[in-house]
Amino acid sequence: MRLMETIGKWLDDRLQVGATLRETAEHPVPRETASWFYVFGSAAFVVFMLQIVTGIMLALIYVPSAGEAWNSLQTLNHSVTLGWFIRALHGWGSEFMVAMVLIHMVQVFLFGAYKYPRELTWMVGVLLLLVTLGMAFTGQVLRFDQDAYWGLGIGASIASRVPVMGPWAVNLMLGGPIIAGATLSRFFALHVFVIPGLLIAFVGVHLLMVIKLGINEWPMPGRVVRKATYLKEYHELTKKDGIPFVPTAVWKDLFFGGFILLSIAACALYFGPFGPSGRPDPTIIQTAPRPDFFFLWLYAVLSLLPPSMETPALLVGPVVALLALFLLPFIFGEGEKSWRRRPIAVLSILLVAVSLGTFTHLSGYTPWSPVMDAWSSTPIPPQYLRNRSALERQGALVFQLKQCHNCHALDNQGGKRGPALDSVAVLLTHDQLIRQVIQGGGNMPAYGKNLSPAETTALVAFLETLHPPGQPPARDVSRAAALAPDRGALSTPP
Amino acid sequence: MTLPGSVTRRDLLMKLGLLFNGIVAAILAVPIVRYIMSPVAHARKGQYDSWLSLGDLGQFPTGQTRLAIYRNPVVNPWDGDTADIPCWVRNVDGQQFQVFAINCAHLGCPVRWFPQSSLFMCPCHGGVYYQDGSRASGPPERGLFQYHHKVENGELLIKAGEVPTPGSASNLTSITSGLPRCV
Repeated sequence: MRLMETIGKWLDDRLQVGATLRETAEHPVPRETASWFYVFGSAAFVVFMLQIVTGIMLALIYVPSAGEAWNSLQTLNHSVTLGWFIRALHGWGSEFMVAMVLIHMVQVFLFGAYKYPRELTWMVGVLLLLVTLGMAFTGQVLRFDQDAYWGLGIGASIASRVPVMGPWAVNLMLGGPIIAGATLSRFFALHVFVIPGLLIAFVGVHLLMVIKLGINEWPMPGRVVRKATYLKEYHELTKKDGIPFVPTAVWKDLFFGGFILLSIAACALYFGPFGPSGRPDPTIIQTAPRPDFFFLWLYAVLSLLPPSMETPALLVGPVVALLALFLLPFIFGEGEKSWRRRPIAVLSILLVAVSLGTFTHLSGYTPWSPVMDAWSSTPIPPQYLRNRSALERQGALVFQLKQCHNCHALDNQGGKRGPALDSVAVLLTHDQLIRQVIQGGGNMPAYGKNLSPAETTALVAFLETLHPPGQPPARDVSRAAALAPDRGALSTPP
Repeated sequence: MTLPGSVTRRDLLMKLGLLFNGIVAAILAVPIVRYIMSPVAHARKGQYDSWLSLGDLGQFPTGQTRLAIYRNPVVNPWDGDTADIPCWVRNVDGQQFQVFAINCAHLGCPVRWFPQSSLFMCPCHGGVYYQDGSRASGPPERGLFQYHHKVENGELLIKAGEVPTPGSASNLTSITSGLPRCV
């Protein structure tokens, strides 16, 4: 023990940081902030440390070359001792890090911590969210598989829509004319050097301000922030009712950080590493690329936006969202901090959470996409074929062969791109069915050029059988009248 | 002793030092910026696109649409499979051809050809195109990207080299209403 003390003293005589460190560690914080609600920021930091360590481990094996990256991931998964586990830790670490940053952000927002004098802390926090998402996206690219390849294509397509600068942006992003070796190399540089550098710098500034300005006090309804008096009030609060950060408040951070690390390890152990999926070979086109979890909502939004809205939404949406986040502490820099007195703040969080949750949920079954193999792998339900005429069954065959099933469900089986057709005969008359099949419309392609008259007749005959028992098919009253042998048919019930 | 408003020798030297470093930084910035912007410069000079062969015409039967693969003309040894680019070749009537990019005009996913229904469908966001590449339904704002092509010595040649994207497809043919026309 004496030797340790001697070495410590020798070091501190030269470094001269001991007093500052002790003072920082023991600085008084408001008593109520020693709370389980105040642990998410430090948890995000702990996960970031894990990402640095596991990232360096992976870099020992990973080859950032378009021709070899996928193979080196296979080697990590299958040949290197516990390589799969390190990959799984890094992958699950990234999911947890994004989650921790988001939860921390929601907590800070609901506790009004972005108000005076912590405006800049919040803005640097927004930058930290951006670089964290940047790490998540570039990391997904380094897992150089089919999803990464086509994900880059989607990124390039979005970048290309920027007015004037679009084509430049694509070439800069790809590092050349196509998605290839240069693309992977620059995403490697971004993921390993540029963005982590920014992340470390921003974390440093963020933490410095947390220490200099003090941790946000527990918001009490009625305790209003005013620029003129806040600093004095906060100082008095910590003086009168403060506790030293170490050890009184920090133990909850330590326990939660450790718990999160254990959770990541448990997920890594149980679920294993993420992919890689198929080889990044663009000639394998039997693929349905999907982004990672935290970008799934965007995937759904891109499918559901009307075409005319898409480019404006893609280019203006992020700018508006970022401006709103940056301006928030300036517009609402004073006033109530407590969520009990800020119903609009609570509703905004709920709205954003429900929207993101809904879009993420929708991306789980992609109702906007044709089911590419429904025509060959999803049969027509047998109850729709029983007691049918030869012509109607021929129509069912046309329904399968012309891939109608890829977009239209029968008995909940098949695509959901178009409406389910279980009761289409109730909605459309014979003539309307023919018109819809031949001319399309309402987002349905026209099949006129692709169906012979015989095929159309059979298909429509089949579609006319699709109505619930007891509900008669739609019929055109005027047509019945026009074709009737004598006008008396009008008054005769069918 | 210094007069108020006058510049001391040390102040002047420090400012000159800053100026000197600024000039050096500006000189060094030229090669750095040119290095970073080189992909853009190459694209602007049109150095990426060139005519390349998709092979013998016999591979593309009349009235059918077939997948063809070419090796990208600008390529590095470590590009691996990523430099093998697929495209769809439609032989309209034995005389006329159409060569479509594999990339959906919406966000670049690979479209698949369904000969039975004569449609191209995209697996990502549900874009659908007719056999002539024009838009049928879904989120795309336009038809499939189409390469310029010509027939020489019984081979089909296309002008390709850059990934087509909605904003940078000016060097490709655009399809709007079924009939191809140049942008």
